[in-house]
Amino acid sequence: MFTVSGIKLSGLAVSVPKQKVSNNDYPFASIKEKELFIKTTGIQNRRIAPEGLTASDLCFEAAEKLLHEMQCVKSEIGVLLFITQTPDWIIPPTAIRLQHRLGLPKACIALDINLGCSGYVYGLSVISSLLKTTGAKKGLLLVGDVSSSVVSEKDKSTSPIFSDAGSATLMDVSDADSAIHFSLHNDGEGYNAIIIPDGGMRSKFTPASVEVQKISEGIERNKTHLIMNGVDVFNFSLREVAPDVKQLLPYCGKDTKDVDYFVFHQANLLMNEAIRKKLAIEPEKVPYSLKDFGNTSSASIPTTLVTQLREQLTNEKLSLLLSGFGVGLSWGTAILETDKIACLPLIEI
Amino acid sequence: MILADFIKMFEAELADIIPGTILPETAYKQLDAWNSMQALILIAMVDAEYGVTLTAENLHDCITVSDLFSVVQNKKTVLNS
Repeated sequence: MFTVSGIKLSGLAVSVPKQKVSNNDYPFASIKEKELFIKTTGIQNRRIAPEGLTASDLCFEAAEKLLHEMQCVKSEIGVLLFITQTPDWIIPPTAIRLQHRLGLPKACIALDINLGCSGYVYGLSVISSLLKTTGAKKGLLLVGDVSSSVVSEKDKSTSPIFSDAGSATLMDVSDADSAIHFSLHNDGEGYNAIIIPDGGMRSKFTPASVEVQKISEGIERNKTHLIMNGVDVFNFSLREVAPDVKQLLPYCGKDTKDVDYFVFHQANLLMNEAIRKKLAIEPEKVPYSLKDFGNTSSASIPTTLVTQLREQLTNEKLSLLLSGFGVGLSWGTAILETDKIACLPLIEI
Repeated sequence: MILADFIKMFEAELADIIPGTILPETAYKQLDAWNSMQALILIAMVDAEYGVTLTAENLHDCITVSDLFSVVQNKKTVLNS
């Protein structure tokens, strides 16, 4: 656990594709299966990016609107992070392309980070730490994924879960007595709990990579599609998330009652409610965006903030606990305060 | 831990099951209502009620509801020892 002081979150924007898809219309499961799925996961609708709209495009739109709204001087932005598992290319880093598209200075550090569901919390820690050490005034954290592009539509264990979104968060060096507290963990033993098997250097892309295999009823995919071992991921989340939250709260002298909102990665309702109950947190302190935005991977925390807490973020001083967990396996918790930040209405592209 | 209570909870979590139809010897994976989503629901129920984790291996190895109960019971005993 560690604390980064003198850095604050000052602005937030999220963009999603206009195209809505209802899980009631999912064609590869029975009506009963769909009803149980929606009731259990809480995911009714999803947003799906059309061909050609990437995670970097979604983040770019969010960033442009946020910087314009905040009248931000772009030359003051010294760090740009792009956290995604769906970059524009394997080479070059997408963050560097975004630096140019956004008109940021060449001296601005630009990095891609490959993380999914824990990515927003990790991103906050990396950008805060870099701002502290580089002397830059502002940092731009871009976090998002178009997971719909890496799941098989005919895989009922993944396709009805994932949804697309991109976010932009402006971090500022602050004179105020602000501090962000972090607890970050990983466990590489579970590297294959969520995996795309082919296409990297460990298992290169070959013509066989795109041969569709029927795994079981309702699950057909090839080796370039995302595979998720639902039971392993579920048990990992049940095991690790609540203790991580319980560990970080006393580290920064807080109790659950001192936190206004607990914003968890939007995995699925069954899992998230199990975590909430373990922590004995009141339901009204745990917002969900699952119903209309599904599991947006790395963007699920900012998507929940913007769609569920915009009014409070804009008008109030808040104590927030953010918790991300998933692919890696990787998990992290952050506790921070926000004070009437610029939080834009949801952007639809 | 009582087997009858476990069965009652198991029935409550399964969709479209008439109470009283699940027996200790029921091969739960053969039930029409059983699927991967029900597996997660069962794991969440066991975690909440008994404080132990059912793994994918446990679910694979167990045939009957009674087998599941034994696994949960054994894990709880280890946890409390």
